[in-house]
Amino acid sequence: MKAETRFRIAIVVLALLMTGPFLVTTSVIWYRFTEAEREALIELAGPWLPLGGSLTAIAFLGGVLVVRNLYRRYVRGLLQMAENQQLMLEANRDFRIAETGPPEVRAVARATNALADQRDALLSDIEAQIQRANRSVEEEKNRLGALMAELTQSVVVCNLNGRILLYNSRARHEFRSMSNAPGMAGGGELIGLGRSIYAVFDRNVLNHALETIQDGLRREVSQPVAHFITTGPGGQLLRVRMSPVLPSAGTEPADAEPSERRLTGFILMLENITQDFERELRRDQMMHRLTEGNRAALANIRAASEMLEYPDLETDLRKRFQKLIHDEVEAMSDTLDRTASEFADTLKAHWPLMEMLGADLLAAAQRHIESRLEVTVRLAELDESIWVRVDSYSLLQALLFLVSRLVEDLEVREVSFRLTGTGRLVHLDLMWPGPELSTGKALSWELAQMSLAGESSPLTVRDVIDRHGGEIWLEQDKNGNEASFFRLLLPATSPREQIEPSIFIRSEGRPEYYDFDLFKWSERSQELDDRLLTELTYTVFDTETTGLNPSEGDEIIQIGASRIVNGKMLRFESFEQLVDPRRSLSPESIPIHGIQPEMLVGQPTIDKVLPAFHAFASDTVLIGHNAAFDMRFLQMKEKLTGLVFDQPVLDTLFLAAVVHPHQDSHRLEAIAERLNVPVVGRHTALGDAIVTGEVFLRMLPLLAEKGIRTLREAREAAEQTFYARIKY
Amino acid sequence: MAQRILIADDEENIVISLEFLMKREGFEVLIARDGEQALEMIRAELPDLVLLDVMMPKKSGFEVCQEIKTDPRLGTVKILMLTAKGRETEIAKGLALGADAYVTKPFSTKDLVERIRAMLAD
Repeated sequence: MKAETRFRIAIVVLALLMTGPFLVTTSVIWYRFTEAEREALIELAGPWLPLGGSLTAIAFLGGVLVVRNLYRRYVRGLLQMAENQQLMLEANRDFRIAETGPPEVRAVARATNALADQRDALLSDIEAQIQRANRSVEEEKNRLGALMAELTQSVVVCNLNGRILLYNSRARHEFRSMSNAPGMAGGGELIGLGRSIYAVFDRNVLNHALETIQDGLRREVSQPVAHFITTGPGGQLLRVRMSPVLPSAGTEPADAEPSERRLTGFILMLENITQDFERELRRDQMMHRLTEGNRAALANIRAASEMLEYPDLETDLRKRFQKLIHDEVEAMSDTLDRTASEFADTLKAHWPLMEMLGADLLAAAQRHIESRLEVTVRLAELDESIWVRVDSYSLLQALLFLVSRLVEDLEVREVSFRLTGTGRLVHLDLMWPGPELSTGKALSWELAQMSLAGESSPLTVRDVIDRHGGEIWLEQDKNGNEASFFRLLLPATSPREQIEPSIFIRSEGRPEYYDFDLFKWSERSQELDDRLLTELTYTVFDTETTGLNPSEGDEIIQIGASRIVNGKMLRFESFEQLVDPRRSLSPESIPIHGIQPEMLVGQPTIDKVLPAFHAFASDTVLIGHNAAFDMRFLQMKEKLTGLVFDQPVLDTLFLAAVVHPHQDSHRLEAIAERLNVPVVGRHTALGDAIVTGEVFLRMLPLLAEKGIRTLREAREAAEQTFYARIKY
Repeated sequence: MAQRILIADDEENIVISLEFLMKREGFEVLIARDGEQALEMIRAELPDLVLLDVMMPKKSGFEVCQEIKTDPRLGTVKILMLTAKGRETEIAKGLALGADAYVTKPFSTKDLVERIRAMLAD
């Protein structure tokens, strides 16, 4: 029953209550009275009737007013409160009920507001907890990223579509050596977050490996992995180990059969085995030459020697057989020598050099030599700060050999080592008191194969020193005060190897080598145009040129570009390359880009650089500031290189006009300032490209406010401003 | 009539010895310097036995062996492969292609002669 109806019933009941008792009493009296009494009553009461009636009517009205007031204050007030509560529940969390009306209603409002406050506190607590949890996830991700960066093995993680989610610096290094455009994109056109691994590896090979893994999963192998060897883009041989990324236990439906364990991606561990392979191939060839190769020769010799045993052999024929044996044996000796020296070469190639504190090396040498020879070894001068890069085993062997010659040939009983540094070179001197050594003898020791106590090595002291990139000679003291001594010259090194200094130059922090959000990526069948701006992959780029008119022969002298993936600027996946324009720079342009003509000498020409840039930008949307200018330069080269940059292009100049239509300046600096983007390295192509990218990222929410969310909408909006500008 | 042996080998230094040895053993000796020449001479001369080297120019010993064994007119020609290729797989291949014997270098000349005599006596 509606509140309004109940109100009406209440009015009727009130009317009945006020008039009912009087009317009933009057009726009872009326029936008991005689005719005469009735007439007397009418005569007495009749004139008072209007007064009674109007008093009753007034009292009734008063009653109605009271009921109505109560209705308004309690019933209607509560109804309103119910509506407001609904509002607080759904639309507006921050809404609070105004405390009006009678005390009872106010009390309810107060209680309701208190409940709402409590709810809000709980909610924000939960939000804070979620944020905390997210932060710790983020930290864990960072830790993982740091760990990956330190791994000496190349690791690449991909989602099922083959998009790269993570790679480490080792992988980047590996891919750089695979790149056909070395020194430019630095392999960045091959490896990058969100890029397809299929650009590097044959899709069929990877698919086959994935099938192997899936097969393993079905058969419930504990660690399903697939190994394969494949070739890289530059013909390198790569040994690859693929292992699956499976959803963690919690995220999988509990009733899922093991056979349904779904892959979400895969991990590739890469190893470049090109060199190993070549080395092994050479060894095989050597082995072959020594075995099969000698069979024929041995057969010839054996047959001939057996013929010589026949007593009835004619002299002529005997001589022929003898010569034959002689020739064959000589040829075999040659083969043996050649193989042996090649074997020594492969031994050399095998040595990994390690950094070592010079003092440690000499202490080891002291122990090594004293334990094997009857000689005292002193460490004379020792520069404790010197580091060397050595294969300690072979170097100790060489030192031991030299000392053993000294002991045996010159009867030396005491030697001493001295270690001093002169900048980039280290002097390791082997000195002894007493007998002089002739240069000729020293040279013969240097070139002899090292042997000691029956053990011999195919290597010479010279081989060992060569391998270290050093030199050795017998230093003759010019003043004749001191005896001569052996000097080993080795290149100095710093204690920590810096693999990739270029990586650390660009900015603070660790490279963005991973983005696990890409796991959630699915290849969308939608047209690029209908995809959200926030989920596209972009290449932001800028060029520096000799001048402003490509049609009049101005040329590109620098291209800089970086990538935006998943709404993040990937500064470490950058492309920066100077280009030899094959013409002079206009003097007035030099102050703008700061590139001096001599910086361009020896740089690659545009026909070498554009293919690398094309690959770098493939599969992405191009973004430039005043991109039309840069695009004209690229288009001028289409004929020369046959490469067409036909991907969509967004221009931050026009987008700025969309976002801030009433601003005067849409120069990059002005926009950057408006959007609070710090400007660094401006007017290098890469610096400008990065600023352009940051500007674009800050524009995205502003564009969304204006209802511009997809690539199509952005392009159309930009075009409109463009036409608007033309009209003015 | 003396039995005839064809020596097919491109290596002069083994041919001298084999030629001397075979002649001394009373065989009539023919010599071919490569695979094609060997095949021609086998077809023309129909020797009783061929000492066939595997690694020869123009045609390998394996090819020569296969062609002889698939040609019914040459069914009487016996083949002894004489080669520096000593891997089991290669021996198996030679025998599979129809060689009657397979001898790896180096070999004892005395054993070789005995082997040849036995093959020709069959």
